[in-house]
Amino acid sequence: MNPQKRFVWAFLFFLPVLFVGVFFYWPLLKIFSHTLDGERINEFWSYLSSKPFRQIAWFTIWQAFLSTVCTMMLALPAAYLVARFSFPGKKLFQALTTIPFVLPTVVAAGAFMALFQRFGLDQGMFRLHHTVWALLLAHIFFNLAIVVRTVGSFWAGLDPRVEEQAKILGAAPWHIFRKITLPRLVPALAAAASVVFVFCLTSFGIVLLLGGPTRATIETEIWRQAVWRGDISVASVLAVIQLGAVMVMVLIMNFLQKRQAVVESKVELNPERASRKLLVGNILLLGILVGLPIVILVERAIGVGDGYSFQNFSAMADRISLVPLSSLAALKNSLLFAVVAAVLAALLGGVASFFVVHGNRWLSNFLDFGMMLPLGVSAVVLGFGMLISLDTPPLDLRSSWILVPIAHALLGIPFVMRTVIPTLRRIDPSLRESASLLGASPSKVTKYIDFPIAFRALGVGAAFAFAISIGEFGATSFLPRSPDRLTAPLVLFRLLGAPGEALRGQAMALAVTLMVITAATVILIEGSVFKRETIRSDF
Amino acid sequence: MKKFLLLITVIFVVITATTCAEKKDDTVTLLTHDSFWISEGVFEEFTQQTGVNVEVQMAGDTGQLLASAILTSSNPSADVIFGIDNTFLQRALNADIFAVYESPSLSKVSEEIQLDTQHRVTPIDFGDVCINYWIDSFSSDLPPPKNLDDLIDSKYSGQLVVQNPETSSPGLAFFLATIAEYGDDWELWWAALRDNDVTVTSGWEDAYEVEFVAGGGEHPLVVSYASSPPAEVIYAETPIDSPPTGVLTDTCFRQIEFAGVVNGTKNQEAAENLIDFMLSNTFQQDIPNSMLMFPASNEAELPATFAEFAEVVEDPYMLDPEIIERNRNNWTERWTQIVLR
Repeated sequence: MNPQKRFVWAFLFFLPVLFVGVFFYWPLLKIFSHTLDGERINEFWSYLSSKPFRQIAWFTIWQAFLSTVCTMMLALPAAYLVARFSFPGKKLFQALTTIPFVLPTVVAAGAFMALFQRFGLDQGMFRLHHTVWALLLAHIFFNLAIVVRTVGSFWAGLDPRVEEQAKILGAAPWHIFRKITLPRLVPALAAAASVVFVFCLTSFGIVLLLGGPTRATIETEIWRQAVWRGDISVASVLAVIQLGAVMVMVLIMNFLQKRQAVVESKVELNPERASRKLLVGNILLLGILVGLPIVILVERAIGVGDGYSFQNFSAMADRISLVPLSSLAALKNSLLFAVVAAVLAALLGGVASFFVVHGNRWLSNFLDFGMMLPLGVSAVVLGFGMLISLDTPPLDLRSSWILVPIAHALLGIPFVMRTVIPTLRRIDPSLRESASLLGASPSKVTKYIDFPIAFRALGVGAAFAFAISIGEFGATSFLPRSPDRLTAPLVLFRLLGAPGEALRGQAMALAVTLMVITAATVILIEGSVFKRETIRSDF
Repeated sequence: MKKFLLLITVIFVVITATTCAEKKDDTVTLLTHDSFWISEGVFEEFTQQTGVNVEVQMAGDTGQLLASAILTSSNPSADVIFGIDNTFLQRALNADIFAVYESPSLSKVSEEIQLDTQHRVTPIDFGDVCINYWIDSFSSDLPPPKNLDDLIDSKYSGQLVVQNPETSSPGLAFFLATIAEYGDDWELWWAALRDNDVTVTSGWEDAYEVEFVAGGGEHPLVVSYASSPPAEVIYAETPIDSPPTGVLTDTCFRQIEFAGVVNGTKNQEAAENLIDFMLSNTFQQDIPNSMLMFPASNEAELPATFAEFAEVVEDPYMLDPEIIERNRNNWTERWTQIVLR
C-alpha cells in the first residue's frame, strides 16, 4: 500500500472512531470523573448493599429475563412462518410486526393505557395497568420484531431436508423440532435473546409509564437519583454498573453473532404454502399482541365526542399555547433530524462495518464492540455528560440543534452495522477472489463488488436509523433544546402533559402520524425498493 | 473513492460550520424547563426596548433543569434561569448558581412570595397544586370532600389519585401540603390514606389522563392544579360553558416559580434587563394563558376565562424552602415505605 492510500484508510477508520469517541466516550468519561468521588466510596457501597437497591437490581434482571423468555416463545411461531412458508401478504405481515420496534415509547405506552381502559383492565380484579404484566406485554410488543427478523432469516437459511428426512423416518413433529431444529437454531436464538435482554434491561419510558410507581429498574433509579434527589454521583455509580452488565451482554452477543455467520450451504427451495391453521394462529396471536394496541390508538385519534372525524389531524397545523410549536412544525423538525441522523449513521456505520469485516481481528473486535455500547448507556447520564463535555468552542454544542441528530446517530449506527456486516460477510469470497485473479486491484474489488452489494444493505440500515430517530424520546429528552427545535415525540409528551380534551385528541393524532411515518419507512425497507435481494439484519 | 472521501469531508465541514457559529453579544440566553411557553411577540418587545435578542433553551422538567444548571455552573451556558420553584429553591441557592439582583419592579410583587431575602432569585409566577374533583361524580348524597381530613374518610375510599413525590412535581407539592398541615403526624395520615385505597402514579400525565374521570378513568379525585378547570374550558374539544371539574381550595400547596441571573454570566446587564422585563405587564399578562399560572405582579390583569374559572386560593399551605431541602430525601423515603411498600 502506498503512503497516500494508507492515509486514506487511516482517515476512513478514524471517522467513526472519532465520532463515537467525541460524542459518546468523552462525555461519558467526563461525567464519571466529575461525579465519582473517591471519598464517598463508603457511602456508595452502603447504598449498593442496601435492601432497596438489591430489590431494584433483582427486579431489573428478573423483568428483563422474563420479558426475553416470553418474547422468544411468542415470536417463534411467526419466525417459523416467515422462514419456511410463502403466503399472500407476507411482506406486509413482516412489515406490520416490525412497526412496534420503531414506535415511540410514549405512543406505545399511550396505546396500552387506552387498551386497558377499553377492556376494563385498568382497575379491579383483572387490572393490568401498573403491574408487571403490563410491562411484560409492552416489552413483548416492542421486541417481537427483533426475534422474528433475526431468527426468521437464519431459519430460512437452514436446510429443511434434514427435517424432511426425519419425518420420513417416522419422527413426531415435536420430536423433530426439539432434537433437530432447535439445536441448529441456537446461535440465532441466543443472539436475538441477548439483544432483547439488553433492551429490556435498559428500558425507561415503558417501566415508568406502565409499571407504575412501585416498579423501579436501575434505569429509572438513575433518573430518580440524578433528577429528583439531585445526587448525580449515585446516578453515575448505577450507570457504571448498568454499563458493565450491558458490556457483558454485548460481548456475548458479538461472540454469538460471529458463530452465526457460519451459515450452512444455502439451499434454494421453493417454500411451501402455509397451512391455514398456522396462518390463522399466527395472525390471531400477533393481531392481539401487536394489532390491538395500534387499532385502539387509531380509534382514539379519530374519535371526537361520540363520533369519528379527522378534526384532530387537521388541528395539527395550529399552534396552541402551552406547547411551543404546532405538531406539524415538530414533525418537520423530526424529519430533518432523522434525515441528518440517518445520513450520519449510514456513513459512519458503513465505514465501521467495512473495517469490522475486512480489518484484522483486533480492529474488528474493537470497532464491533465500541460502536454497540451507546445502546446500553443511561440516557440521563449521557445527556448530562454531553452538557459538561461539549462546552468549549469549537465544540460548544450545548445550544446547538445538531446535538439531537448526533445522539440519534449514535443509536442508529449499531443498527446500520448489524445490517451491513452480515451482508458483507455473506459476499461470496470466490467472487472477490476471481476478481483479484483476473487482475482487479483491491480498491477495484471494493468498488465493484463490495460497494454495490453493501449499498443496498446500507440503505436498509439508514432506513432503520431514520425510523429510530423519528421516534426517539429518551435520549432527546435529556438534551438541552430550543423551543422551536422540539421533536415530535417531545411535543407529544407535552400534549399528554396538559389538561383538556382537545390536547389529548391531538396527542393521539400526532402519535398515529408518527406511527404511519415509521410504518411507511419499514414497509419501504421490506418492500419493493430492495426487492432484488432480501437484506438480512442481525438484531 | 476520492469522491466518497470528499463527500464525507464536505458533510463534516458543513455541519461543523453551521453549528459552531459564534454566539453573538446581542443575545441573552434563558434556560428554562419544558413547561415554559410565552406567546409569540412577547420577547420581540424586549428586543425592541433593549436591542437584545432572547434565546430560549429548555432542559426537561424542573429537577433536570436544576441538575443541568448545577453541573454547568463552572461554565454556564445561560444568562438567566427561569423555572426553579420553591420546592427546589434551596438546592439552587446552596449550589450558588444565582447572582444577586434586586429588580426595581419587585415593588409590584407581594412580599409573601419573595422567599429569598438576598434577592438571588425573583418570583415570576405562582400557582396552587390542589385536589381536583369531577363535579358529576358527586351529589348532595355524596358531597365532594372539603379538606385533607375528609380524604381519609371511608366515604371517599378508592376515589383519590396522587403522584409519587419522588418522581412528580405536583406529587411533591401535595405531599408537602400534608406535612404543612399535620407536622410530624403526616405519617399517620398517609397510612390512613393508603388504607382508604389511594392510587399512586409516577407522573401527572398518568394520574390525570388515565386514572382521573377526565381522561377516561374511574377516579373522581386527583392531585392537579388550581388552573386545571379553566384549561378544561379553554382546551375543550367541543366548546363548553363551565368546567366539568372543580378544585378543593383547602387542599392546596403554593408553588412559586423564580427567575435569577446566572452567577458568572458575561451578559450581566442584559440578564438584569430580562428579569425586569419578566415582571413587566407585557410578560406577566401572558403567563396565565401560556403557562396556566398566576402572574406574580399585582398590576397584571387576568384574561377573562382565567379570571372566571381559576380559583383564587386564599390561604394555601406553604413550607420554608430550607426545611424542604433539609428533609425531603428522608421524608420521601419514609413516604415510599409507608405508601408503596
